[in-house]
Amino acid sequence: MNATWSRFNITSIVLGFAFLYLPIVLLIVFSFNESKLVTVWGGFSTKWYVSLFHNQGLMDATWVTARVGVISATVATVLGTLAAITLTRYTRFKGRVLFSGMVFAPLVMPEVITGLSLLLLFVAVGLDRGFFTVTLAHITFTMCFVAVVVQSRLVSFDRSLEEAAMDLGAPPVKTFFQITLPVIMPAIISGWMLAFTLSLDDLVIASFTSGPGATTLPMKIYSQVRLGVTPEINAACTILIAVVAIGVIIASIANKRREVQRQRDEQAAQRG
Amino acid sequence: MKSLGSIRRDFAPWTDPNAKPYIQFDKVTKKFGDFTAVNNLSLTIFEREFFALLGASGCGKSTLLRMLAGFEEPTAGRILLDGQDLRGIPPYRRPVNMMFQSYALFPHMTVEKNIAFGLKQEGMPAPDIEKRVAEMLRLVKLEQFAKRKPHQLSGGQRQRVALARSVAKRPKVLLLDEPLGALDKKLREETQFELMDLQQELGLTFVVVTHDQEEAMTMADRIAIMDKGEVMQVATPAEIYEAPTSRFVAHFVGNVNLFEGKVAERSANTTRITGATGAEIVVDNAANTATGAEIVFAIRPEKIKVSSKKPADAVNALQGEVYDVAYLGDMTVYHIRLDDGQMVRASALNASRVTEDPLTWNDRAWVSFRPDAGVILAR
Repeated sequence: MNATWSRFNITSIVLGFAFLYLPIVLLIVFSFNESKLVTVWGGFSTKWYVSLFHNQGLMDATWVTARVGVISATVATVLGTLAAITLTRYTRFKGRVLFSGMVFAPLVMPEVITGLSLLLLFVAVGLDRGFFTVTLAHITFTMCFVAVVVQSRLVSFDRSLEEAAMDLGAPPVKTFFQITLPVIMPAIISGWMLAFTLSLDDLVIASFTSGPGATTLPMKIYSQVRLGVTPEINAACTILIAVVAIGVIIASIANKRREVQRQRDEQAAQRG
Repeated sequence: MKSLGSIRRDFAPWTDPNAKPYIQFDKVTKKFGDFTAVNNLSLTIFEREFFALLGASGCGKSTLLRMLAGFEEPTAGRILLDGQDLRGIPPYRRPVNMMFQSYALFPHMTVEKNIAFGLKQEGMPAPDIEKRVAEMLRLVKLEQFAKRKPHQLSGGQRQRVALARSVAKRPKVLLLDEPLGALDKKLREETQFELMDLQQELGLTFVVVTHDQEEAMTMADRIAIMDKGEVMQVATPAEIYEAPTSRFVAHFVGNVNLFEGKVAERSANTTRITGATGAEIVVDNAANTATGAEIVFAIRPEKIKVSSKKPADAVNALQGEVYDVAYLGDMTVYHIRLDDGQMVRASALNASRVTEDPLTWNDRAWVSFRPDAGVILAR
């Protein structure tokens, strides 16, 4: 590995990071802008954050998004986990290939098509579009992501753990809840977080399947931007970025700590 | 009457025709699709026996164990435990416990909780569980590790937790699937003796699956040698080694020299064999072979004496040339090419530090052995 700080290395790093993060930095900086004009700096101020919390429309949208996210991620996690278990455990049922294809198709399906087809379905069965339909749509498209994450964990799962539990007298259901579930729990949690994040920033499918009174945050931001970007939106996005960043940082620190602790334990165990 | 070497002379229920069998495989067949893992196999194991299933990988020994544990159902035949047919009884209702090759310790539970798991399923009251767990921890000398999780233990400690967990419920039978396979050589030898002590102490019936013949010979009361889903021979370690009943068993356990030949003459006490190339061997009458039968004479390397001069009193002496010598410290292994072309492997214990009759490459040499040194097997 080349560890020297040559001019070329520095330039490429600066350019690379600028490409990735300059837009976000700009957004954060302008969220503290005194001026109402988005592109003209008028001095430091936090007034847009204050006004943000008085913007009832934005606050409502945030609340809708949070509820849709939690409910859809939870249901998708249950269904996705079940699908993953079926796919890894029951490898010889009829139509398995079709089933796995159908579970994973939404991964590559263009969102526009998913959204449109769901819209057509909801109209056809006469379902009023609103909170319920958005949630349903999000469950549908996030479920397959959960299934992928959980399945990859289940593939490396040592089946003899379950056999040992049964051998020691635990019936299959008990074995599942006391052994299988706790062991694959980290994968299920990451599946849930992935589903929640996907639901949080989905615009396309939500636009198709949502109705009056169930505007999600991405939809709200998008519609406001069309009327002109206000610093309020910048502030809202900055808060969103902060929440996500803090979540990611906490998760990775916890992960790192656990890893280090584990390594230390293992070394200690090997020594005696 | 001469007898073969044995350790536990007092324990031999298999020689008693009235002894009640404890585990019975009755014409058991197991097929996986087109592959026959176990083929019409019958086997009897007695209470408190330390029984080993020995064979190369894929011989069906693990399948046999898994059928006993209830993870697989036989395609045909019955398995009886203490007179009860086990068919249809799920693993969680069988009075047998298994120690897994991978140990299968529950990674999210402490050592204590791992051991208590089976007792909890039984609905044992909490104070009793605590007492039993403490007793088990003492038994495997892991008292100070009770609160640790499996990843905080060394390989040997994990093995002991797995053992403690599988005997905690006091099963009627303990099944061990390659119990020492993951340990290094030194630890494996120590643990072999610990397992034997444990079996004696708890008075349990042990069925162990292994591919390591030394391990099986050390620990087991009886060994079943398996090949391609069938039992080739069931006998004590000494019988397996000294009196194999087939060419396969003779070859599988230890080293062996095989002389192909024909029964030339049978007298009252001895059988004279002529080899394919004319060499003659005289052996004690053992097998009921008829004159003219095509047979194989099997003899272990350590039963053959190598010398530079023909021993005066030798019944069987064949001449050849030293082809190879390997000095192993405790013994020396000679490869001798007999004058008829047959290669013979002979090993000599280095009982003293200096040899009076040193032999080296290309020396002329005699190999000699007693009439009772080998066995006659069918071709």
